[in-house]
Amino acid sequence: MNMMIEAPAAPKKYKKILTWLFFIVVLVLCSIQTEVTPYQLIRGLPQMGILLSEMFPPDWSYLPTIWKPMVETIQIALVGTMLGGLLAIPVSLLCAYNIVQSRLVSLPVRLILNLVRTIPDLLFAAIFVAIFGIGPFAGMLAILFFSFGLIAKLTFEAIEAIDPGPMEAMTAVGANKIQLIVFGVIPQALPYYMSYLLYAFEINVRAASVLGLVGAGGIGLLLDRSLGLFRYDRAAMIILLTLVIVLVIDYGSTVLRRKLL
Amino acid sequence: MKYIILNIESWQIMITFNDVSKVYPNGTRGLNHINLTIHEGELVVIVGLSGAGKSTLLRSINRLIDISEGDIQINGQSITSASGAKLRRIRRGIGMIFQSFNLVKRSTVMRNVLSGRVGHHSTLRTVFGMFPKEDHELALDALARVNLQEKAYSRADQLSGGQQQRVSIARALAQQPQIILADEPVASLDPLTTRQVMDDLQRINQELQITTIINLHFIDLAREYATRIIGLRAGEIVFDGTPEEATDDVFSHIYGRPIHRDEVLGANAPGEDIVTVIPDASDSKVTSGEPL
Repeated sequence: MNMMIEAPAAPKKYKKILTWLFFIVVLVLCSIQTEVTPYQLIRGLPQMGILLSEMFPPDWSYLPTIWKPMVETIQIALVGTMLGGLLAIPVSLLCAYNIVQSRLVSLPVRLILNLVRTIPDLLFAAIFVAIFGIGPFAGMLAILFFSFGLIAKLTFEAIEAIDPGPMEAMTAVGANKIQLIVFGVIPQALPYYMSYLLYAFEINVRAASVLGLVGAGGIGLLLDRSLGLFRYDRAAMIILLTLVIVLVIDYGSTVLRRKLL
Repeated sequence: MKYIILNIESWQIMITFNDVSKVYPNGTRGLNHINLTIHEGELVVIVGLSGAGKSTLLRSINRLIDISEGDIQINGQSITSASGAKLRRIRRGIGMIFQSFNLVKRSTVMRNVLSGRVGHHSTLRTVFGMFPKEDHELALDALARVNLQEKAYSRADQLSGGQQQRVSIARALAQQPQIILADEPVASLDPLTTRQVMDDLQRINQELQITTIINLHFIDLAREYATRIIGLRAGEIVFDGTPEEATDDVFSHIYGRPIHRDEVLGANAPGEDIVTVIPDASDSKVTSGEPL
C-alpha cells in the first residue's frame, strides 16, 4: 500500500537551463536583427548629455503660455474618459457570459471590442484629425475610444467574477433582466468600474499630452513646436508641468481607488 | 412543542407536482416521477442525503431549475409552461431563502429588502429606485418581523451571518409571497442563530399562513418545526408524513443507513441505540433552555 503514495520525481534541472538558454537566444537574435545593441546606447550617450544640459534650466517664463493648453489637455482627458466610460457600461454587460447567455450576442461584441483595443491612441488621434480636422475634438474622440476599450475590457472581466448569488435571488423574486442587472450586478461591479475609470483617466492625461503631436489639441502641440525649434528649455518646462499634474492626479486617484475597493 | 391541529385537506391546494422528473445533462436523475400536493399554510421540511434531490425539488418550484418531464402547478397556474412576464409574476409570489443568503453585501439592508419588491413595479420605476412609500413601510415591517428594523440602513456586510439570513427572510416577506422556499437556510449558521432563523420562519408561517418549504439536514430540527416531513432518496419520495410518524427508523430508511451525529443539531436527540451523540460542553450550552 505504501508503495502507491510515492513522492513525485523532482523536475529535471536541464529543463530550467534550457528555458533560460531559449530566452537568451531570442533576446540576442532580436537585438541583432533590429540593430538594438548596447553599442548604440553608448554611442548615443554624449548626445543625450548635450540635450539634458540644454534642458536646464527650464524656461520658467514659458509657464503662463503653456498653462491654458495644459488645462485643455486635462479637459480632453476628462471628457474622453467619461464618455468612453459611459459607452463601456452597456458593452461590458453585453460581453459578460454570465449576463448574456447567448454567444451570438457576446462574441460579435467582444470581437468589436478587441478590434478597438488593437488600435493605439495616437493612431486614433491621427484618424480623427483626418476626419474632423485639427483640434481638441479629434483628441477627445481618440481618448474616448481608447478608454472605452480599456474600461469595457476590464469591467466585463470584473462582471464575470461577481458573486452569482444575488443574481439568482433576483431571478427568484421575479425580476426582469434589467432589474436583475440594476439590483444584482451593478452594486457588485460598480466599485471595480469606478476604479478602472480613474485608472483610465490617469493614463489618459499622459496620453492626451502627446496627442498634439498629430494635431489633436492639448499641450502636445507646444511640445512638438518647442522640440522643432530646439527650445529644449521650454520642452523641459512642459515636461515638468506634465509631471506635476500627472503626479497629483495619480495620487488623488490612488487615494480614491483605495477608498472604493 | 404544541401544534395547532388543522384539517389540512380542507385547505386550498398551493403546489402540485404531476409526475415530475428531472434528468441533468450528465444523465443524473435529480427527480424521478414525483407526485406531490402541498396545501396552503403547511410547513414542509424536506429531508434526505445530499444528492437525494432536495435542492432540485425546491428549485423546480420557482423554476430556478427547469424540469424534464411533468408539470408543476402553483396556486392553479402551471409554472412549467409559463414564460416571460407570466413566469415572473408567478415567481414574485414565491419568496426564496438561500444557504449563502445571496444578499448584495455592499448595499444597505433596506435596498436588499426593497429588491424583493421589483416584481411589483415597472422597470423604469425600480431602476431609479423610486419605490412607493408603502413599499418602504412594507420593508420596515418585514424587517420588524425578523427583529432587524434598527439595522435598516446598515450595509449588509456589517451584519452577522444569522442577521444576514434574517434580512434575506425579510426580502422574501417584502414580496408578500404565498410561498416561501428555504434551501438549507441554516447550513452555514451556528446552532444559536440556527434557532433564531428557524423560529422566524415558523412564526411567519403561522402568523401569515405562508406555505413554507424548507430543506434541512438536521433531523431534530425537521421534527421540531415541520408540520409535515417529506423524505427524499435518489430523487424519489420515500416518506411523507407528520413529524410524529418520522421516527428514527424512518430516518434510517430515508438515509439508507443509520443516522450520523452531525445530522442532529443537539436538541431532542434521538435514541442512543441508533445515534451515538457524544455530549460535549459547547453543544449542551447552546441547546439547553428555550430558544430566544
